[in-house]
Amino acid sequence: MIRTENLEKSFGENHVLKGVSTEFYSGKPNLIIGSSGAGKTVLLKLLIGLFEPTDGKVYYDDTDLFSLSDEALRQIRMKVGMLFQGNALFDSMSVGENIRFPMDMFTNKTAAEKEKRVDECLEMVNMEGINERFPSEVSGGMQKRVGIARAMVLEPKYLFCDEPNSGLDPQTSILIDELICDLTNRNNITTVINTHDMNSVMGIGDNIVLLKDGQLAWQGDKTQVLESDSEVLQDFIFASPFLRRLREDALKTRHAQE
Amino acid sequence: MVVTNMLFHLGRYVTLLRDSISRPEKFSMYYKETMRQMDAIGVGSVFIVLLISVFIGMVTAVQFADQLGDSFVPSYYIGYIVRDITIIEMAPTITCLVLAGKVGSNLAAEIGGMRQKEHIDAMEIMGVNTAAYLILPKIIAAVVVIPMLVAISAFVSIIGGYLSTVVPGTISHTEYVLGLRSFFVPRYVFMMFVKAAVFAFLLTSISCYMGYHVKGGSIELGEASTSAVVVSDVLILVFDFLIALVLT
Repeated sequence: MIRTENLEKSFGENHVLKGVSTEFYSGKPNLIIGSSGAGKTVLLKLLIGLFEPTDGKVYYDDTDLFSLSDEALRQIRMKVGMLFQGNALFDSMSVGENIRFPMDMFTNKTAAEKEKRVDECLEMVNMEGINERFPSEVSGGMQKRVGIARAMVLEPKYLFCDEPNSGLDPQTSILIDELICDLTNRNNITTVINTHDMNSVMGIGDNIVLLKDGQLAWQGDKTQVLESDSEVLQDFIFASPFLRRLREDALKTRHAQE
Repeated sequence: MVVTNMLFHLGRYVTLLRDSISRPEKFSMYYKETMRQMDAIGVGSVFIVLLISVFIGMVTAVQFADQLGDSFVPSYYIGYIVRDITIIEMAPTITCLVLAGKVGSNLAAEIGGMRQKEHIDAMEIMGVNTAAYLILPKIIAAVVVIPMLVAISAFVSIIGGYLSTVVPGTISHTEYVLGLRSFFVPRYVFMMFVKAAVFAFLLTSISCYMGYHVKGGSIELGEASTSAVVVSDVLILVFDFLIALVLT
């Protein structure tokens, strides 16, 4: 579990996060949502430790992330996997070498053991047999999967995904969501996903954190979204007239059934 | 304002260097990366070093021969002057100025590109000490390989001097070789290697620093690459003077 306590972050005069206290649970996908500029990416980077907070704390289980020495922080980070919005796959390495890189860096496994683990990870994301191809030779959706495979290679306890659906068609987006959800449940990982995608919110949002203007505006799960009376949430999720009509119809049907 | 800015960069540069000098997570990975960099910096720069060196030697010899004219200075001095000016100044300084352009801009662009594509963030999150993994092998490779390139440069420059004076018949083979063998001061060779190592460190560390802290897009990456070359060149000349003061 990851917990934030009164987290604040400013860049000069720009006060981006204003006292966010929330929790991200193990074994379920935790979604950070909010409009552009709400502070989602800043919150994610604070959770990973890429930014230092102006004030407040981030706890990994009971460990205060920002009180750790550099070495202890590195030890924590070895338990973290991250899927970047742009995938961040190393262009000069093949898919297999990309996935193997964390093992090369931090483990003493033999070459055969590493190859076996690379194959397992590629199988996990349904991408068997592309070890020798380079990132530029595979599609955006395949790159996302390779990114997930690399993030999972050291069996992380915490998985962070920054906009995993960006640039993907709806069907591939759903497949990526299902894959992340499946890996999270199967490995009991604390997964934090930063997303704009409403399909993800309604599909895998077991714990949804809505940010507005750097503050926690709403927190709940996908089953509470439809009936929530939070105006901020409704304005964000059901932004278009079409979606608002769909929500009204869904509520009418539900109430009629009751 | 300028002073504050300089102090800011100096502090950040020193901090980055401190972070880059730490125990490797995995020695074999650093060794592999150092070898790769030696190949890129060393083998990749041999052709340009040969090309500039032969011309440095040819120009030095031709101009000195012209200045000697019909004076009473013996013509074998051409070999002596080409040898010393090459070893003391031309080979280390000109070679490193050129390498600052070739290698320095390349390193700044490589690391800056990694920063912009979030490769550095990805490594940080994996737990890699990126300052060490991305910078230390490059500095070690440059400090080992660039003095070798400078030695090659000095040798080729002397051959260049031979080609431009002996082949056209300005002086004889015997005179040129006599000049090369006259008044030799071994300390100058030591000075050449000191200069080469210091310049190699400067051009690599500054270029890596410029790339590592890139923010923004392609324009900023281009600016970082240019700054890497300009700052490296200026500091190479400043340190050239300081080393000359200390070692002469």
